[in-house]
Amino acid sequence: MSAYTDDKLVHMANQIARNLALDEDPVGAVAAHIRAYWNPRMIDGLRRQSDAALEPVAAAAIAGLEPTHG
Amino acid sequence: MGYERQTDLGTPLVASDTQVTCLIDGRAVTVPAGTTVMRAAALAGGSIPKLCATDNLKQFGSCRLCLVEIDGMRGTPASCTTPVSDGMTVRTQTPRLEKLRRGVMELYISDHPLDCLTCSANNDCELQDQAAAVGLRDVRYGYEGTNHLEAEVDTTNPYFDFDPAKCIACSRCVRACDEVQGTLALTIDGRGFASKVSAGLASDSFLSSECVSCGACVQACPTASLQEKTVKAIGKPERSVVTTCAYCGVGCTFRAEMRGEQLVRMVPWKDGKANRGHSCVKGRFAWGYAQHQERILKPMIRETIGQPWREVSWDEALGYAAARINTIRDTYGRNALGGITSSRCTNEETFLVQKLIRAGFGTNNVDTCARVCHSPTGYGLKTTFGTSAGTQDFDSVEQSDVILVIGANPTDGHPVFASRMKKRLRAGARLIVIDPRRTDLVRSPHISADYHLPLRPGTNVAILTAIAHVIVSEGLADEAFIRERCDWDEYSHWADFVAEERHSPEFLAAVTGVDAETVRGAARLFATGGNGAIYYGLGVTEHSQGSSTVMAIANLAMATGNIGRPGVGVNPLRGQNNVQGACDMGSFPHELSGYRHVSDPAARALFEAEWGVAIDPEPGLRIPNMLDAATDGTFKAIYIQGEDILQSDPDTHHVAAGLAAMDCVIVHDLFLNETANYAHVFLPGSTFLEKNGTFTNAERRIQPVRKVMEPLNGLEDWQVTQELARAIGLDWNYTHPSDLMDEIARLTPSFAGVNYDRLDAEGSLQWPVNDAAPDGSPIMHVDGFVRGKGRFVVTDYVPTDERTGPRFPLLLTTGRTLSQYNVGAQTRRTANTVWHLEDVLEMHPVDAENRGLGTGDWARLASRSGETTLRVVVTDRVAPGVVYTTFHHPATQANVVTTDFSDWATNCPEYKVTAVQVAPSNGPSDWQEAYEAQAMQSRRIARQDSSMEPAE
Repeated sequence: MSAYTDDKLVHMANQIARNLALDEDPVGAVAAHIRAYWNPRMIDGLRRQSDAALEPVAAAAIAGLEPTHG
Repeated sequence: MGYERQTDLGTPLVASDTQVTCLIDGRAVTVPAGTTVMRAAALAGGSIPKLCATDNLKQFGSCRLCLVEIDGMRGTPASCTTPVSDGMTVRTQTPRLEKLRRGVMELYISDHPLDCLTCSANNDCELQDQAAAVGLRDVRYGYEGTNHLEAEVDTTNPYFDFDPAKCIACSRCVRACDEVQGTLALTIDGRGFASKVSAGLASDSFLSSECVSCGACVQACPTASLQEKTVKAIGKPERSVVTTCAYCGVGCTFRAEMRGEQLVRMVPWKDGKANRGHSCVKGRFAWGYAQHQERILKPMIRETIGQPWREVSWDEALGYAAARINTIRDTYGRNALGGITSSRCTNEETFLVQKLIRAGFGTNNVDTCARVCHSPTGYGLKTTFGTSAGTQDFDSVEQSDVILVIGANPTDGHPVFASRMKKRLRAGARLIVIDPRRTDLVRSPHISADYHLPLRPGTNVAILTAIAHVIVSEGLADEAFIRERCDWDEYSHWADFVAEERHSPEFLAAVTGVDAETVRGAARLFATGGNGAIYYGLGVTEHSQGSSTVMAIANLAMATGNIGRPGVGVNPLRGQNNVQGACDMGSFPHELSGYRHVSDPAARALFEAEWGVAIDPEPGLRIPNMLDAATDGTFKAIYIQGEDILQSDPDTHHVAAGLAAMDCVIVHDLFLNETANYAHVFLPGSTFLEKNGTFTNAERRIQPVRKVMEPLNGLEDWQVTQELARAIGLDWNYTHPSDLMDEIARLTPSFAGVNYDRLDAEGSLQWPVNDAAPDGSPIMHVDGFVRGKGRFVVTDYVPTDERTGPRFPLLLTTGRTLSQYNVGAQTRRTANTVWHLEDVLEMHPVDAENRGLGTGDWARLASRSGETTLRVVVTDRVAPGVVYTTFHHPATQANVVTTDFSDWATNCPEYKVTAVQVAPSNGPSDWQEAYEAQAMQSRRIARQDSSMEPAE
């Protein structure tokens, strides 16, 4: 993936994390959201990103995501 | 059906629990108390002569033609203003009445041109009919006296003429403008013999006046005084077909009045349940694009986008497209393919396109233009209520006491519903408007918002949380409703959150820019004013927090108990005619029809059994993700039906790069739109006049679209998609869109009871239509929420990452205007351009003066994404620091400036907030000139004689 797409995926994941920050289980909520709406290729792209670029909740959510069927 | 005038009972329906029975010309008739003698007589099968009365206007009693005799009453009362009473005995046809009526008619005719045989309303004129009805044989006064016969005709309006010589001063046009449209542009100027209909000031013409060309006056006129130019040009229609408008999400029912294959006029159908006989300038008049010379009628192909188009047969075009699709699938895999369904096409066509993508291409890479408008509505309302749709029907507004409009400009975007809303406001409902601009609804004739909250763009969540703070902290929440209908623990959690001091209007005033007392007043009014209804539009959804705002709206409705009955509810005003339907039909990459997730094995099994193929259990790519994947080299081909993503989607440079990177772009459309500049295959589309199907409007109303003429391109759109499917090897054999609706009903629980026979018999149905709601569902969540308990969701205000700063100090927000529609592909090809020839930039006087700009000056509008130029209009409609434009014209390409930021949950683009700078300019930007050159190059069509023609 291009740097443009990588940056965008990171931005989207961080944005989801910020918007679900007040959920009772933010990590679980972020993971569930990404799993429900993101294409496996995007999820795989996000897995390849450095944790440093991701907010902690987003990084934890990605780390806990089950493998996709794609 | 043939052509006959729509039934007119003379005066409006009266609602009453009491029934009264009277005797009219010896016939007994029972009607609701308060019904006029005129209406009762019509219901009894009679016909009392009339001129000033018509049943969509309040009775007026001016023409004196409808006089009757009533036992026990003196004289001859006017039947249009006399209510029936129990036991009343009425005579409508007596020698005395005939003499009186003839006398009245003689006066009318003495000052009316006797050119019936050459008049455009000949045999379709109420004056002519009534002259016959009263047996007029002579005019004793002669025709030589002072008269109006030489009055000049006003031909300024592009769609209708006003001929004062044929006016009988019945005031129907004036009353229609007042009561039905609510613009109050017309008046009767002068008194007595000098009385005349006047649009605006004495110096005004119809075009220069405040007339919005809705057509209500033309429809109301009983003579040829106000008449469509097309009727004058073509003549009286000879047949008619009832169908549904293809413009906005209101979904007006029209009668297409035809002469052979030629459309003479579109007239709003009184039985239409969305529009109740009203129309706007687009649906009523702006249909000329259907026969526009720029319409492409032959399939075209080309190897590369640098080549000119080559016209070919359907077989060659479809075979060429299929070969490229199959090659790409073999080379790169099924997930290199995808498609976009259209919110302008029918449910059946949309369903078929997503089926082609899922079952034929073998991928869930399907999306729809709802991605860029109301996808947050689907997410937000499903999360909170359990259903991805609005809760009410349009009739509901008639019972609203407080109307809250946020992020919507209905008088421009949804004008027919706006007229209904304004009617209710004139009758006393209170109004709160939350919008950065002072929209027409904030203040217009006889309408004045009780509260206008001119918030800073991007702060919707903050303002709604502040309103919720007031409601909760002042004890105004409807706890009985919440305890019965919602999860109390979730409510308590939410209430604690909104009650925090940091969410008070005083604290958030610095964020929203709205005075705290105004917010408190609005909150108190909404919570205590009776039935509270919330209407919203793209000013809510097209933000980084679009989904959060929708959920905040839902929270507010639940907290105040405003769900589950007429007069209340959460009402998304849908942009395009079939946005609701496109979403219902499974156009999103993660959902099958009926909003069932692709990961749901039971839902997939249903489709797999019907379609005989496996469905991918993983979500596909959304439109922006498809474009990203294309620039990354992993997405190679796309089939786009009825959608112009290059003009409508944000960050034009990125969209163009994505399209340019694909090996096969198939555009299926009416015109060579902007996206087609990057296409390899062009499949000509059919207009809504040329096909059968259904649209679903903003109130979940499924309405028939009926073919009124044969498709100029030879095929209806569903047939084109079917032929493409067959070309790639699918054995599809649908013979009529009703076959498709039957399949939709089999696979979609909310459509289980829908079929064409029922739609024909009942006119329309509001989903869900199933065993639990066999007659459909005008109001949702009546006895409980679809999801069980209503869910309060904590919606924290997370500011957008799009920030103003020294380089880009202003906030750009975008919208639409009354006369144009979306990217303008249709309306730009009609006379509507007389009202909006170009997109302009609205700017506050202070900001304009700081930059040395005045109205009419060219300005350079730049953001971090790109820049364009357009002319400035200086106005205090926008606040200082905010600029506004529309996106109807490709020459401007406002979306060159908008960014790739989007809603956190759905990727709906953030059109409404872009940090920009504005500076004086001396003309189009380099990019605009390069774009125009590329578009011209791309639209060349090679003719068979080797000549080259530009398509536009």
